[in-house]
Amino acid sequence: MTTLVDPSAPTAAPRDNIGVVEWLRTRLFSSPGNTILTLATLVLLWFVLPPMANWFVLDAVWWAAPPEVCRAAEGACWAMIHEKHRLIIFGRYPYAEHWRPFVAMLVLIGLIGGSTNRRFWRRELAVAWAAGMVVMGVLMWGGVFGLTFVETALWGGLPLTLILTTVGIVVAFPLGIILALGRQSQMPIIRTLSVVYIELIRGVPLVSLLFMASFMFPLFMPSGVQISSLLRAQVAIILFAGAYLAEVVRGGLQAVPRGQVEAARSLGLGYWPTMWKIVLPQAIRMVIPGIVNSFISTFKDTSLVAIVSLTDLMLAARQAVGDPAWRAYGLEGYVFIGLIYLIFCYLMSRYSQRLEVQLYTGRQRL
Amino acid sequence: MTTFEDPAVPSEPPRVAPWNNPSVRAWVYQVVVMGLVLALAVYLINNTLTNLSERSIRTGFGFLDREAGFRMGESIIPIEPSNSYGRAILAGFLNTLKVAILGIILCTVVGVVIGIARLSRNWLVQKLATVYVETLRNIPILLQLFFWYAIITGTFPNSQEAWKPLPGVFISKSGILHAVPVADPAHLWIGIALLVGIIATVFYGRWVRRQQQETGRRPPLLGPALGLIVGLPFLVFLGFGAPLAWDLPVMGRFRFTGGQEITPEFLALWIGLGLYTAAFVAEVVRGGILAVDWGQTEAAGALGLRRGLVLRLVVLPQALRVIIPPTTNQYLNLTKNSSLAVAVGYPELTSVTDTTLNQTGQAVECIAIMMAIYLAISLSISGGMNLYNRAVQIPDRR
Repeated sequence: MTTLVDPSAPTAAPRDNIGVVEWLRTRLFSSPGNTILTLATLVLLWFVLPPMANWFVLDAVWWAAPPEVCRAAEGACWAMIHEKHRLIIFGRYPYAEHWRPFVAMLVLIGLIGGSTNRRFWRRELAVAWAAGMVVMGVLMWGGVFGLTFVETALWGGLPLTLILTTVGIVVAFPLGIILALGRQSQMPIIRTLSVVYIELIRGVPLVSLLFMASFMFPLFMPSGVQISSLLRAQVAIILFAGAYLAEVVRGGLQAVPRGQVEAARSLGLGYWPTMWKIVLPQAIRMVIPGIVNSFISTFKDTSLVAIVSLTDLMLAARQAVGDPAWRAYGLEGYVFIGLIYLIFCYLMSRYSQRLEVQLYTGRQRL
Repeated sequence: MTTFEDPAVPSEPPRVAPWNNPSVRAWVYQVVVMGLVLALAVYLINNTLTNLSERSIRTGFGFLDREAGFRMGESIIPIEPSNSYGRAILAGFLNTLKVAILGIILCTVVGVVIGIARLSRNWLVQKLATVYVETLRNIPILLQLFFWYAIITGTFPNSQEAWKPLPGVFISKSGILHAVPVADPAHLWIGIALLVGIIATVFYGRWVRRQQQETGRRPPLLGPALGLIVGLPFLVFLGFGAPLAWDLPVMGRFRFTGGQEITPEFLALWIGLGLYTAAFVAEVVRGGILAVDWGQTEAAGALGLRRGLVLRLVVLPQALRVIIPPTTNQYLNLTKNSSLAVAVGYPELTSVTDTTLNQTGQAVECIAIMMAIYLAISLSISGGMNLYNRAVQIPDRR
């Protein structure tokens, strides 16, 4: 008689659940080479981590304290952040009115957060954004409803960074779509103009565009017309982001099968209805992760407006550590705003990765 | 009998009014767009000329010959404040090239190591590589430059108490000082010997490949190659009687004299750009390796190739095809990001042009020069990479 495997008999647990020892063995010490690698890494960490922990945590001055206390301590001087955090986050915005940029920032973050939820991807979202922009404008500028007027030269810190990014991407998006369509167009002049624009902008650094904005835009205007430095930098960011978004959208346009265009044309749709109703909805859906990545890049790139003296998060931090009493603690300031940038960008990039997986489901590569 | 239309006889094209004819419309649109663009350009140029004459700013590139009058922290070519703006901008351009080339080398080396580490089966190594990538690419490069600059100028010792990791090397707040060999006529010949060695190695390598294809046996490559590239220059060096005098940095009363200096500005920029871009290169490398089907590795193993050969002959050539285009983009980004040197005070193209702009007030010309040079660098890097890309592309997949 043959013996069959008894299905009710317990089988060995999957490897992952075997225990600490097995976990260590498979992941860290599976071969001699691997063991050496692990040990070398541990030695490296032993030299790097304790000094870092000392500086960051153990020897640091954590709470409000005068600079003298920091000078006596060995580690980081977080008291500097405690003293200067309002300046770093809100820049030179009038101190008593800080609640206004704070609320504006919350509105913006709420809108961005809401837009990440795919259930809200409807027409109402655009209305919400428009309303949110109006509310933010009223809060930031003031001058109505008893709010004192605050000129854009005083805007600063994190709200400025967020506004530059969001307005930049929102306005650059239509520009990017038009350029991408232009680049795919059959008309030689329009195609050439689009290609020249896109390659020109992508070939030069953003800093040079910002210099152009701050030195040449005033010359472009008819005499007597002044434009604020905020608007100039914003225009430079829009022109820059537009060229990059155009390439993202082009990727989507190229991924839409030709048959879609042909089918639309044979139904008698003209160019714009074909693009607007058939091609773009599919193309943009495919490149949403790319658009989110552009948003992240733009968010990081806005830090360059510090070079043309706009008090964004970066320059606000530089000004905070420029205070003679706290000058020695620049590193702490950079770590602080570094964490802010890191948290925003990391969350956005995780979202973009998740979206990529979600949107990819069920679609085959053609 | 009814007559049918003969489908073979070409019917006249349908009569269409000109305003409904697609090709006529296309031209009308294009002429209108072109007209709008030209009108905008004329308007802007006109405004600019009016503004320039109102502010009595000179135009033209004559300023390039005038004396610059500012001092540059460092330069590859000798430069004095009495030199012209043109020469200052040239020195800035060379500084840009220097930091870009060295940065590209650093980001490639670190990026490849981190990218492979991201795929390591070692949990610790893999997690550390992930932390590296996620941290560095999610913090603006400008902030990282400030950070490195603050680390160097804030936590390194004074020149009096400089670290001496190697004889003749001093690391301090004011950068790295290292000894350089004193110039000697023998150096030229050593350089020539090195060049000869490299060329000979290339030819020898081709011969090795032909031998392998004809006879199936592979002559040794590594030994002779080392002999040619390292041994030949060394023999020349000995033949000249080993002339090696070092120009050592010596601590004077207040500062060092002698030796070669690496400034903290350059160091911050180089490390910052290199490590930041390495995070992106690492992701590209990881993606490229993952893109090669696992079946390729298995098939190569089944043919009896060793692990090293599988990687070198099967996986890497295929991965490189995926890796090269996005890596080119990263090199371009690094070069463009070197313009942020203006923030840490390294005198490269942007920073020199900015100084020139502020001194002469000729914004249009300065920005045009700056953009033209960056554009030229971008186009030549992407052009060169396109050529290389065509060379490694699978021939029959076009």
